[in-house]
Amino acid sequence: MTEIRLTVNGVEHAVDVDPRTLLVHAIREQAGLTGTHVGCLTGDCGACTVVVDGRTTKSCSVLAHSADGARVETVESLADGDDLHPVQRAFWDEFAFQCGFCLPGMLLTARELLESTPDPDDEEILRALNGNLCRCTGYNTIVAAVRRAAQEPA
Amino acid sequence: MSRATTESLTATGGGRVGDSPQRPDGNLKVRGEFAYSSDLWHEDMLWGATLRSPHPHARIRGLDVGPALAVPGVYAVLTHSDVPGENLYGLEHPDQPVLAGDVVRYQGEPVAIVAADHPETARRAAARVRVDYEVLEPVTDAETALRADAPVLHPTNPDGNLVRHVRIRHGDPAPAADVVVSGEYTVGMQDQAFLGPESGLAVPAEDGGVDLYVATQWLHADQRQVARALGLPAERVRLHLAGVGGAFGAREDLSMQVHACMLALRTGKPVKIVYGREESFFGHVHRHPAVLRYEHGATRDGDLVYVRAEMILDGGAYASTTAAVTGNAATLGAGPYRVPNVHVDCYGVYTNNPPCGAMRGFGAVQACFAYESQMDKLAAALGMSEVDVRVRNAVEQGSVMPTGQVVDSAAPVAELLALVRDRPMPPAPSAPYDLRELPGGVSNTTHGEGVVRGVGYGVGVKNVGFSEGFDDYSTARVRLEVVGGEPVASVHTAAAEVGQGLVTLKAQIARTELGVERVVILPPDTSVGSAGSSSASRQSYVTGGAVRAACEEVRAAVLARAGAGAGLAGGKVVSAGGDVLADLVEVLGGEPVERTVEWRHRPTEALDPSTGKGFAHVQYAFAAHRAVVDVDVELGLVRVVELACAQDVGRAMNPDAVLGQIQGGSAQGLGLAVMEEIQVVDGVVRNPSFTDYLIPTVLDMPTMPIDVLEYADPHAPYGLRGVGEPPTLSSTPAIVAAIRAATGRALTRAPVRPEHIVG
Repeated sequence: MTEIRLTVNGVEHAVDVDPRTLLVHAIREQAGLTGTHVGCLTGDCGACTVVVDGRTTKSCSVLAHSADGARVETVESLADGDDLHPVQRAFWDEFAFQCGFCLPGMLLTARELLESTPDPDDEEILRALNGNLCRCTGYNTIVAAVRRAAQEPA
Repeated sequence: MSRATTESLTATGGGRVGDSPQRPDGNLKVRGEFAYSSDLWHEDMLWGATLRSPHPHARIRGLDVGPALAVPGVYAVLTHSDVPGENLYGLEHPDQPVLAGDVVRYQGEPVAIVAADHPETARRAAARVRVDYEVLEPVTDAETALRADAPVLHPTNPDGNLVRHVRIRHGDPAPAADVVVSGEYTVGMQDQAFLGPESGLAVPAEDGGVDLYVATQWLHADQRQVARALGLPAERVRLHLAGVGGAFGAREDLSMQVHACMLALRTGKPVKIVYGREESFFGHVHRHPAVLRYEHGATRDGDLVYVRAEMILDGGAYASTTAAVTGNAATLGAGPYRVPNVHVDCYGVYTNNPPCGAMRGFGAVQACFAYESQMDKLAAALGMSEVDVRVRNAVEQGSVMPTGQVVDSAAPVAELLALVRDRPMPPAPSAPYDLRELPGGVSNTTHGEGVVRGVGYGVGVKNVGFSEGFDDYSTARVRLEVVGGEPVASVHTAAAEVGQGLVTLKAQIARTELGVERVVILPPDTSVGSAGSSSASRQSYVTGGAVRAACEEVRAAVLARAGAGAGLAGGKVVSAGGDVLADLVEVLGGEPVERTVEWRHRPTEALDPSTGKGFAHVQYAFAAHRAVVDVDVELGLVRVVELACAQDVGRAMNPDAVLGQIQGGSAQGLGLAVMEEIQVVDGVVRNPSFTDYLIPTVLDMPTMPIDVLEYADPHAPYGLRGVGEPPTLSSTPAIVAAIRAATGRALTRAPVRPEHIVG
């Protein structure tokens, strides 16, 4: 066990990890933030998506050690107190989730897209979300939600 | 620190029956604060792990848990001899051991369980349990399993490897037809592939019982089976619904429930078990693979004369719901068509393949792929259009099904087909081509050469609710009281919210019936009576019916207390004409009104065992699809361009939620058409991961325009018709038909793989 430092949603955590501890497990079990989900551990589903030093990252495919000193943002950081982020509001309004297990990845990926491409076309939305699986909706409403979020002020 | 329960949800945004209010759990879900079963936490909890058989069939000659117990951090290692009660469970027939005793019957069958202070420690310790297997030859072909000389999986089963044989005998046994088409069709093993793997937390209680927080579809069926395995009375096994990350049938059977409880009771500590994705593929039942042989006879004019079918459903090692799945495939096996003469033999079979049971569509999916493929073949033989031959034979209200049951509410099958047929066609790809709009996409496999468009149709029929005489009911407790000067309704049921939006619907019903704004949805648990399963497209109907009935009793009591009035609206007691007679807050005062109602739909009947006759289904539901595909016929790559659906939902209780069900169900049918299959070779699963078992991504899904019809069913609450499953039936045959149209290939197997197109 060695100690690493993670700044998660602005809060610094010193956590003891095994060399093979995955970042997703450090976030969930040591930082205690369970909004980031484990769906596959093979990098396919995207439910474990977080933002590491400004880039969306599948945290099941990153060793906690390699994130030592990093600034990590999770889905819990999206809302500003009672105010939901536009992507959160849009997904809720558009019925863009059912079970909601995929949401951490969908929301953080959508936000990253809209930050770099404020008015994406459908093909850009599809390409951005291609690494995030949803089993409930068939995705049409998810694409509509991202489109809607792009129309709303942040 | 403890996070071991789901919270009450307060719904305040308005929304009555027929509106589309937001989900009351949506705020928690988008914030990442919704507690899924995998998120549960208890400060001194242990982690459980499961040792599973690597062999599809083996005798266990010996078990040595010593090396596992010696691992530091391990608290308990349990095997079949530690099961406190009966070491058998099952949703329909108790034939499955909690932990294997002398024999394992499928790859992945649980053999031993471990509790340790860290999940990795538990997994490593489980791997150190020594099991002495005598490997046996597995029976992996369902038709071979039915032969008299096949090894029998369950010697106590009087019918050998047969779980159930359903016969449908309708009309003339030897009819003659002008035109005959026949075919053999195969459907692969599909996985529900919910995103949130099996998980839960068992907490030992002071009374010697246990509280289990778990993601499931049917709390009371779990409770009954867990209590039996633990040797405890049901009231000491209390189940609480934890957040569910999708279900689709895969959570109807037990997975980790008994294991977690056994470890918690043995160690005296809370025990959490969370499956990984690979383990999840072994932890739940799948859709039955099927072989279906059909013969259709018709007149020269295109009227169906007869359908003969033989269907073999591979149920795998344990029965699960195979008997009911077999009943569905048989009774719905001629499809939504008027057929005067029907002869069906449908067999559900034990093999050493992975156990199969409930998945969205439940037997009707397999049959629909076969009968719809046959209808296309018949259209070609008659020189008719695919839609015309279907419309000509479509059932309507008053038609007689092969079971003799009369369709006694709307059956707008012809209208549904016309709706999808008459939609404008999506434009064909044209030069200059955008790679992303072509099969193969940015793999840059074609610039338009070899790409052929195809169009195909499908229509299906699904039963809603539990059939064949099952006592199908739900229980609702509704309370009306004054809280903070405002009338508040609370709704408590044991119905599992699995993502479908029942939490929203329960609040809509309470608002509609009680005229209040604020509704509290209590977390489902076993302290209220059973709601039945969140399956069979039944919860809006059955739990919706129970909530409405409980609201009606509450309302009647309030009106009696008021001594006047005909209804409740806007927080007031009102007359039949809508005049305000009293304020609800004043009538209620400090005395809440609470009623608990057990509500049943009209009874159904068992099938006659020799003819399959009987009023077996409480409601039929219909959907139709038109699929448009582009196929690279040189490489066998398929792009579904558009998947249009039309469905009759009786009454759209929440129109946006209805669309979500139709699109989500269509997507799972698309998966079965072109990509999803658990590859099983000699009883061994070859692709238990999301890297190798593919489900549709956002790039695989086309636009899905939808027409919703609302022909009220007078027998159902609010006239509603179950929504969730019908779209999963007809999307698969529509897409495969479209690929056939593009390629000219026979394509008798779902899913279609590239080699079927170019081979």
